[in-house]
Amino acid sequence: MTTTTTTTRSQPAIRATGLRKSFGDQLVLDGIDLDVVEGTVFALLGPNGAGKTTTVQILSTLIGADAGEVRVAGHDLAQHPDAVREVIGVTGQFSAVDQLLTGEENLILMADLRHLDRAEGRRRTADLLDQFDLAEAAGQMAATYSGGMRRRLDLAMTLVGDPRIIFLDEPTAGLDPRSRRSMWQIIRDLVAGGVTIFLTTQYLEEADQLADRVAVLDNGRLIAEGTPDALKRRIPGGHIRLQFADLPGLESAARALGEPTRDNDTLTLQVPSDGGVGSLRALLDQLDGASIEVDSLSVHLPDLDDVFLALTGQPDKESETVP
Amino acid sequence: MSTLTYAVSDSATMLRRQLRHMQRYLSMTLMLIGMPIVFLLLFVYVFGGTLGNGLGGPAGGRAQYLEYVTPGILLMAVAASAQGTAISVAMDMTEGIIARFRTMAIFRPSVLTGHVLGSMVQTMLSLAVVTGVALLIGFRPSAGPVEWVAAAGVLALITLALTWLSVALGMVTKTVEAASNLPMPLVFLPFLGSGFVPTDSMPTGLRWFAEDQPFTPVIETVRGLLLGTAIGNSAVIAVAWCAGITLVGYLWARKLYNRDPTP
Repeated sequence: MTTTTTTTRSQPAIRATGLRKSFGDQLVLDGIDLDVVEGTVFALLGPNGAGKTTTVQILSTLIGADAGEVRVAGHDLAQHPDAVREVIGVTGQFSAVDQLLTGEENLILMADLRHLDRAEGRRRTADLLDQFDLAEAAGQMAATYSGGMRRRLDLAMTLVGDPRIIFLDEPTAGLDPRSRRSMWQIIRDLVAGGVTIFLTTQYLEEADQLADRVAVLDNGRLIAEGTPDALKRRIPGGHIRLQFADLPGLESAARALGEPTRDNDTLTLQVPSDGGVGSLRALLDQLDGASIEVDSLSVHLPDLDDVFLALTGQPDKESETVP
Repeated sequence: MSTLTYAVSDSATMLRRQLRHMQRYLSMTLMLIGMPIVFLLLFVYVFGGTLGNGLGGPAGGRAQYLEYVTPGILLMAVAASAQGTAISVAMDMTEGIIARFRTMAIFRPSVLTGHVLGSMVQTMLSLAVVTGVALLIGFRPSAGPVEWVAAAGVLALITLALTWLSVALGMVTKTVEAASNLPMPLVFLPFLGSGFVPTDSMPTGLRWFAEDQPFTPVIETVRGLLLGTAIGNSAVIAVAWCAGITLVGYLWARKLYNRDPTP
C-alpha cells in the first residue's frame, strides 16, 4: 500500500454512525454504525431485504439518509457529496452499463466523465479491456454481452478513474462458479493495490474468502461484527445426517455413536462434524467396526441460515462486537 | 477544473452518448421524421384542394394550402420529436447507468443537457428534411436569407422549450408507455391553433383557445417570416411563451432528477 502521508493511515475509509433510513412507513436501516479501515475488505452480510443495498446506496451518495453521520475518505457525505464521488467507485446489483454503447465506448464514456485526458483515457480503456478479457468483444454493443461479460464490463467501468474506495453490491450474485472465482481474484488484486472494498453478499463463503471484517445485517440492524473466524466460532457446527432402513439399525447406531440427536420418525441421526474428509472417514470406520448398515448419508455445512438462526435466535437483538 | 468547464465538457460527453444512441436506435429517429411528412402529404394531396379554396386567397386550391400548412407541419415535427424525447428519457431512467452517473463527480444535470442537446440536433435534422420535402412538392416561400435564419431561430426556441418540458414529462411518469402518451396533446396542438386552418373560421370557444395557445403565435411568426404574412405582436408573444416553457421545463426536470431515485 502506498500512502503518501502518514496521517491517512489511522483515518478510516468509511465511518458511519447512527445511520437511519425509512421508505414510507417501512424502516429499512435502524441506526447502524460502521467503521472500515483503509486498504481492507469489509463485507456486509445479510439476507434479501436486510438493508444491504440501501446501505450501499447511502454510502455511495445515491440516496440520502434520514439520520446519521457518514464520512467517506474523510469527507462529510451530506456536506461534500462531490468530494466523496471523486474517490469512490460503485458497482451496483443491477447492471450499470449503457446497453446501446459498445464495451469500448462505455469505458471511454467513463474516462471522459472522470475527466482523463484523451490519450490517457484510451490507454486505460485498452488496459481494462485486456485485463477483463473483453478485448475481443470491445466493438460489440453491451446489450449483446452475456451476464458474466456485462458484470466484468460493469466493474471495469468502475475502475476507470482508479477510485480508492469501491462499493460492490453482491458482486457475484448469479455468476457461475468460475466467474465467481475470477471476480474474487480481481477483488484480491485491487486490495493488494491499496484499494478499500466495501462489499455486500449473501454468501458466508464469499465473506470468509475475501473479508478482513464482516458485519451481519438483519432487519436494518447490525447483529454481529467481527473477523470471519470470530464470527464462524459463533455458528453451530456442521453435521452428518445418517439415514437407516429400520429402527433396530437406528438404535444400534445411536448406541455406537454415543446417542447423538435422533429422529425416530424419519429414522435419522445427526452427528456433529466439521464436514472434513478425516472426520467422515472416522465416522464410517466407527460404523463399520460395529457392523452397522447405513441407508444413506449426507453432509451439512453451516450456511448463512445457520448464522442467522444462531445470531437472531437470541432474545435481544442488540448489536455486539466480537474481537 | 472549474464548475463551468465541467458543465461544458460533461454536457458534451453526454451529447456524444445521445448521438450514439440515436445512431443505434435509428427506427425511432426515422419514425419521428416520417410522421410529419405523412401528415404533410395527406393534408396537401387529400384535403389540400378543398381546404385551399376556403382560404379565400387569389390562387386558392392545393398550391395555396401547401403554403399555408407547411409552418403548421413544421411545428408538428417539433412536437413529434418532443414526444420522442420523453420516451428516450423515460427509457434511459430505467437503466442502471443513470445510478452510476449519480455517484460520479460530474456536472449533475449533464445527463439531462445531453438529452436536450441530442434532441435539438435530431429535431433540427427532422425540420430540415420536412422543409426539403415541402420545397420538393412546390412550397415556394418568399423569405430571404435573414428571414430563413430568423424562422430557424424561432423553431429552435420552441424546440428547446418543448424538449425541456418533455425531459420532465419523461421523468415524471413511472413507465415508458406513460411517457409516450403524456406528450401526445402537444402533437395535436397545431390542429387546435392556426396550423391547419385560420382560427377565425372556428366557433367562438375553440377560437378563443386556438388564438391564445402557445403554438399559434409561433406558427404565425414562422408563417410571417417565410411567406411575408403579417406577424404583428406574434413574435414577441412566441418568444415569451418559449422562454416561459423552457424555464418551467428546466426547473421541473432538474427537481425531478435531483430527488432520490425510487428503490
